[in-house]
Amino acid sequence: MLENLNVDYSTRIPNNVGLVEDRTVLRALEGWHPGYIDWWKDMGPTGFQESLVYLRTAISVDPKGWAKFDYVKMPEYRWGILLAPKEEGRQVNFGQHKGESAWQEVPGEYRAMLRRLIVIQGDTEPASVEQQRHLGATAPSLYDMRNLFQVNVEEGRHLWAMVYLLHKYFGRDGREEADELLRRRSGDDNSPRMLGAFNETTPDWLSFFMFTFFTDRDGKMQLESLAQSGFDPLSRTCRFMLTEEAHHMFVGETGVGRTIQRTCEAMKSAGIQDPHDITKIRGLGVIDLPTIQKKLNLHYSLTLDLFGAEISTNSANFYNAGLKGRFQETRIDDDHQLTNATYPVLKLVDGRISNVDEAALTALNMRLRDDYSRDCAGGVGRWNKIMEKEGIKFRLELPHVAFHRKIGEFRDVHVSPRGVIMSDADWAKAHKEYLPSDSDGAFIASLMEPAFEPGQFASWIAPPKVGIDNKPGDFEYVQIAA
Amino acid sequence: MNAPLKQHLIDPEICIRCNTCEETCPEDAITHDNNNYVVDATKCNLCMDCIQPCPTGSIDNWRIVTSPYSLDEQYSWGELPKQGELTGGDDGEAIDSEVLALLDQAHTGVGGKSVPPASAAKPAVNLYQRNHAAVATVTGNFRLTHQDSDVDVHHVILDFGEVAFPVLEGQSIGIVPPGVDEEGKPHRVRLYSIASPRHGERPNTNNLALTVKREPNGLCSNYISDLKKGDQVNVTGPFGATFLMPNDPSANIIMICTGTGSAPFRGFTEWRRRSMPSAPGRMLLFFGARRPQDLPYFGPLQNVPESLLGKRFAYSRIPSEEKVYVQDLIRQEGASLVALLCSTVTHIYVCGLKGMEQGVDAALDDICRTANLRWRELRDAMRTEGRYHVETY
Repeated sequence: MLENLNVDYSTRIPNNVGLVEDRTVLRALEGWHPGYIDWWKDMGPTGFQESLVYLRTAISVDPKGWAKFDYVKMPEYRWGILLAPKEEGRQVNFGQHKGESAWQEVPGEYRAMLRRLIVIQGDTEPASVEQQRHLGATAPSLYDMRNLFQVNVEEGRHLWAMVYLLHKYFGRDGREEADELLRRRSGDDNSPRMLGAFNETTPDWLSFFMFTFFTDRDGKMQLESLAQSGFDPLSRTCRFMLTEEAHHMFVGETGVGRTIQRTCEAMKSAGIQDPHDITKIRGLGVIDLPTIQKKLNLHYSLTLDLFGAEISTNSANFYNAGLKGRFQETRIDDDHQLTNATYPVLKLVDGRISNVDEAALTALNMRLRDDYSRDCAGGVGRWNKIMEKEGIKFRLELPHVAFHRKIGEFRDVHVSPRGVIMSDADWAKAHKEYLPSDSDGAFIASLMEPAFEPGQFASWIAPPKVGIDNKPGDFEYVQIAA
Repeated sequence: MNAPLKQHLIDPEICIRCNTCEETCPEDAITHDNNNYVVDATKCNLCMDCIQPCPTGSIDNWRIVTSPYSLDEQYSWGELPKQGELTGGDDGEAIDSEVLALLDQAHTGVGGKSVPPASAAKPAVNLYQRNHAAVATVTGNFRLTHQDSDVDVHHVILDFGEVAFPVLEGQSIGIVPPGVDEEGKPHRVRLYSIASPRHGERPNTNNLALTVKREPNGLCSNYISDLKKGDQVNVTGPFGATFLMPNDPSANIIMICTGTGSAPFRGFTEWRRRSMPSAPGRMLLFFGARRPQDLPYFGPLQNVPESLLGKRFAYSRIPSEEKVYVQDLIRQEGASLVALLCSTVTHIYVCGLKGMEQGVDAALDDICRTANLRWRELRDAMRTEGRYHVETY
């Protein structure tokens, strides 16, 4: 048990998977490592590679003492391969193999499916690092800069986690896929990342916070479903990744929350009560709440597209095969095979949006998306509490799932955030009310002035309630000119 | 009024409901509704497993309460209630004033405010007081020193059965000797350092070990030394929130002790040996006694490999041999110690009889001077960083 918990630092790649005795995989990974470092230097955070950043490094998978905080230069971060401890007697918990012992090797018949799942997940990890690479220069504080870089290095580690699985279990194809993960580039015309939202730009910090809240939360849902996998190494990998993913949720939720907090405070001290008095509010150097709503609309709808089509035979196949479960599968009280079960799916029927009962097996994307929306709604509710507490009369809301969609049932219709189908003409008139316009973007961009003194925060964002690792407010989270 | 207890709570204003704590908790003490994540005080044993993985710090909240907040109360919160009137000592080592005074006295040798190591686990303190003591059962009592020795040191194992008594290496517990003094008042509580690691004398047992030296006319030490298997003992604590070991496996730990001052270091060594056997950090023990036969744990210590624990023994009463004290060994090791002192992950611990810290301090000053280092400045910096600790009685 202990050898599973502790991390071996004797190899260049810290790990708790016994790499030192697995020479073939160790050599393969050591071969991949220089390419990764080159990628990090080319595509990782621009301008701060030599800075000392107060980062958390996972050093054990034992909850007691699993992380260590210290200053480190990002290219020297110890990206390791860490799997949650093996559960003795674990079984395949769903699908047609339910009740069999969990697989320690890839079942031959599912090799291609499993590889695809791992590659898709793996591709998102470096993509977000690429999307966020220019943000350091406009960080609203050293605290936020540090959080950005923490997210970045952990996405890097998640790439390692997926690459380990490819190298260890998929031989030559796996090695080729691992190389491809370093070759594709977010937003590149010829060789883009695999999923749409991961080719969008992250132009400013509010976008970054929205991205970590909404899009990384899709990552959390996907990881949670993969953590249910009957392929035990994938399950263990994802379980440990989820612990780190929680930090990304934290950065998003508190980032947006602190933005709202600051806006409310500024409005109050200027005696502004109407949240729609946008010109006056923007004059205070803060982001008005209606614009925050528009950013929310954009990021939520883009992320919903990541869940794919509502009805999907692929997801049914993944489930049947025992490769990818539902969110918190083992806590659901049913047969875990979905033989005769149905699930209500929102569809476009005769020009109206209505619920249709579909076979639960093919509606798994929809179900995961619903779980995701519930999770998002909780966070939005907590943002609303900030405004309530400050006495500002404004509520943020998740838009309707049919709003602004490019994939699935609603891709060909215009739907308002309240769920009303609109004509092209109405949409053309109203969409600027729903989604951030160029001028909204330009205004937010104008606020993106760096605040690099310890304890200093940009005008548009409030300081956090507690520091990282309990550090005081003026802690120098990044020593820029180290 | 019930005896105060320390309750673990989650700050609903900071928590992001990520479920990490609920997933981590080995006791299933953490649960949630649509509003909040909450901790069940009847299940939480303060094992601290949830603290580090929490991404927000919201999990790290504690209230001393006379009756714990129920789950329903916690579900309804929009923010954490303020701490009521009952508050702890300044540095939170203990709330019992008698115990706090003892600990303050023991830590004076550090020369400033004691600070725990940055990577130390968060200790539970003050769970049990004299009027709400934990009852432990003696499951072992062994003499540690050689039969020829007139020093009578005992290794006593106390089992807490179903009672939650979470400890960390370096903490102390209070023993309440039975009976009353000449004035009819209950005897004072005595503090003893825990000599076992956090998960028990044997892994995952709910027990701990003490190292107790029988003192002539020592009321409590004689009481403990005479305890028999099956006897029940009233225990208070745990106490101490600064003299703790770093969890960081790369931390170097220099331990300097005499006699029963070795107790916490046995805990440190065992925890590292069991939980991180390949830790890159060095452990180095300087242990002083009159003679080998007076040295507690002499036999077992010989079996600990040098790679895990470097051992240096100083004997001051071997006939026809020169007297050697721990400070002499420190001077002998000058060069290698200076190299360790230059590392920002090196921690020093001094534990034993009051006054020994002065000799140690002078020796460290000497070796630093030879290397053109300023020990006083280094020591003050190490102390504020939680890397220099003294506990002497």
